[in-house]
Amino acid sequence: MDTLNRNNEIWLSHLGGAGSDQQAALADLRAELLRGLHRAFWSWKGVDDDFLEDAVQDALLRILDHLGQFAGRSRFLTWATAIAIRVAMSELRRRRWQDVSLDEVIADADFSPLWTAAKDAEPTAGWERQTMLATLRDIIHQQLSQKQRTALLAELKGMPQEEIARHLGSNRNAVYKLTHDARKRLKQALEAAGYQAADIHVAFAE
Amino acid sequence: MLLSRKEIDSLMKLIGLTQDVELNCEQCLYLIAEFAERELAGKTLPAGLQAVEQHLSVCAECREEYEALQQALRELSA
Repeated sequence: MDTLNRNNEIWLSHLGGAGSDQQAALADLRAELLRGLHRAFWSWKGVDDDFLEDAVQDALLRILDHLGQFAGRSRFLTWATAIAIRVAMSELRRRRWQDVSLDEVIADADFSPLWTAAKDAEPTAGWERQTMLATLRDIIHQQLSQKQRTALLAELKGMPQEEIARHLGSNRNAVYKLTHDARKRLKQALEAAGYQAADIHVAFAE
Repeated sequence: MLLSRKEIDSLMKLIGLTQDVELNCEQCLYLIAEFAERELAGKTLPAGLQAVEQHLSVCAECREEYEALQQALRELSA
């Protein structure tokens, strides 16, 4: 059967089944994922045919494990490609960051220079912006846990959540929750200090 | 350790965009395909998918993956 002629139901039926239909569906899906990943990563450093082949094989396993989560609200191929891209990106991030320690990224995990940095970088910055940053610095020190400060700093320094999680013995979703809770706490505390989201947007709009 | 001006601006932007309830990366992954197809077709987003848009605004990694997905979809729809 031609890939283009498979609708979502047939993909699910064939992939979830056995025998020649399943083998044909797997071969077609592999070919489509490779085509999509080639396009998505053609200009990426360190990406070659072997890398893409490995990523697609890993993605196929994950897709088969999660077939039950496909709700049919998109084309099956789009859903599967999103999973393959996550698998490939995760591996690329792991390779890029594998020799970088969390300590190296965040140094002494201190937000103290935040006020100074802003002041030095922009001596003529408005008073509103400066006082907002001073308030934020105090809130960070008083209301965030050490773990939240560490994760937030590492994220600001560009370390992927998966890598932060690896160093903290956690996972990407848990790190996301950690930093989301931190952001909520900072937003609520800034609002309590009289700064609304609109004020923040105006003061720090690019 | 000094935060750069860009990092400070990123932090403030993230705080400004933060919602009480947000999707996590796993939840985003299983909704992103529908989101991508609707965006590609220029369709309006139903309420359930606006949470994907919000997640992409605060999660650099999911945003990077979404951009790659858009590239792949252009190939697959060609």
